[in-house]
Amino acid sequence: MSNVEKNTSQNEKSKSLEDIFEAKIARDEKIEPKDWMPEKYRKTHIRQISQHAHSEIVGMLPEGNWISRAPSLRRKVALLAKVQDEAGHGLYLYSACETLGISREEMYEQLHSGKAKYSSIFNYPTLTWADMGAIGWLVDGAAIINQVPLCSTSFGPYARAMVRVCKEESFHQRQGYEIMMTLCNGTQEQKDMAQDALNRWWWPSLMMLGPTDDESIHTEQSMKWKLKRKTNDELRQQFIDQTVPQADILGLKIPDEDLKYNNDTGHYDFGKIDWDEFWQVVKGHGPCNKERLKARNEAWDNGAWVRDAAVAYAEKHTDDESIRKAI
Amino acid sequence: MTNENLIHYIHSIADNSLILGQRLSELCGHGPTLETDIAMTNIALDLFGQTRSYFQYAAELSNEDLTEDDIAFLRKERDYKNVLLVEQPNTDFAYIIVRQYFFDVYHYLLLKQLENSKNVNLQNIAKKSLKEVAYHRRFSGDWLKRLGDGTEESHERVQKAINDLWVYTDELFHMNEDDKIVANAGFGVDNSSLKDEYYQIISDLIKQATLEVPEIQYFQKGGKKGIHTEHMGYILSEMQYMQLAYPNMKW
Repeated sequence: MSNVEKNTSQNEKSKSLEDIFEAKIARDEKIEPKDWMPEKYRKTHIRQISQHAHSEIVGMLPEGNWISRAPSLRRKVALLAKVQDEAGHGLYLYSACETLGISREEMYEQLHSGKAKYSSIFNYPTLTWADMGAIGWLVDGAAIINQVPLCSTSFGPYARAMVRVCKEESFHQRQGYEIMMTLCNGTQEQKDMAQDALNRWWWPSLMMLGPTDDESIHTEQSMKWKLKRKTNDELRQQFIDQTVPQADILGLKIPDEDLKYNNDTGHYDFGKIDWDEFWQVVKGHGPCNKERLKARNEAWDNGAWVRDAAVAYAEKHTDDESIRKAI
Repeated sequence: MTNENLIHYIHSIADNSLILGQRLSELCGHGPTLETDIAMTNIALDLFGQTRSYFQYAAELSNEDLTEDDIAFLRKERDYKNVLLVEQPNTDFAYIIVRQYFFDVYHYLLLKQLENSKNVNLQNIAKKSLKEVAYHRRFSGDWLKRLGDGTEESHERVQKAINDLWVYTDELFHMNEDDKIVANAGFGVDNSSLKDEYYQIISDLIKQATLEVPEIQYFQKGGKKGIHTEHMGYILSEMQYMQLAYPNMKW
């Protein structure tokens, strides 16, 4: 067989594999790690799932900032458990991503070097206790809107991880809203603290749902693979429509003079988002980008001798089943 | 034995859990691996859970209208009766593990005795906590072995942590006046009775981890009497920040 014939035959083979793959997705069947998949599908999923995992891990930092200062034992335990859940989410997601042929170390390397992105919202500082409420209510709220559709995405391990993640996120959101509710039923000082947190977290939360549709480069392909079911702008509208009445119940004012219910569309109209700020933070120039990456790099670097010790010990004690399992 | 004696006794047990929990929770998000991060957070959660059970009971016993948070957040430094060991800083993972193991073995032995308390509340808290602490002890003990018999660097680091923290172990077995009264009444534990078994257990594990048991004879003390190390003021100023900055509010 000549080279030309060989290539043609391979192209046909992969063409038919691609047809099978596309048909599976169209039938809403899951793609599993050992199934054939186009290289672009694999790469896109590695990018998205690892970014998602990184967001969970970096997301531990702004809330972790308040564990030692939580105002009551009950709140301290709840916050600690919440941040621990985020570590757990990171773990499921890194594991799901590893099934695509990338190691956790490689993903960490991409995070630590700044090559991989994570959700920009975590580059904002947590300045008061009310930020723990606002993050739960708004940031987890926006995350749920982003993530619920992923429970039925086409890649099996990702979809299954997301089912667990979403259950916990919805608990976190209620917890955050309950913190806000307690503050808003409290003293004037507490209400002011809640309003201030809403003022600072509102716009970054809207940006969290991603750039506008005309600027979003991945949307079309992602919709096809069911990595996305709605566009960024649709998700953002859904978030606003859902959140405004919740703010009303709290007696808080959304910091947007143009926010107004539109009887014709049945949705809230809202003001202009400062996309310059969004891109500035994405490009690494947000208030805490450097601190967040520094914290992750330090944890990793300071832990190197610990991980080396665990490996060295396991190698010396290969006969010990319990040790092999533990590492 | 008065209610006051019993309340002080409960505080001193719970303060160990509270302050060690506080130290561990500083680490959340900064562990050497995700798995150890999750495990250490679990230990902190267990310790805070125990603290809450003790303080809720102490609040019930009190004649004043107190809550668990009043006890946790509104006392002065001298009124915290935790041992000096648990307030030691998170210098590195070796110190964290050694501090944990030194405390866990003591904690386990204490709770095993406290299960036999004549006081049913303390019995119940001890029973529940013992299951958790058995896990803590396994976690810290396993890591001590890994670090001791791991690499040259880990061996050196963990030996240094053992040498530095050893001086805080003797205080675990000290008894202040309240401890003695409550132990005599059959409600509390005679800590001094735990000492021989404690040193036997930790020395065996240290040797198994290819490390050396320090021959230090001078020990530090003070926590049981409310005289702490310089670290304690900083721990409290962080922990009490909200309650002091915004007094008399509900959170």
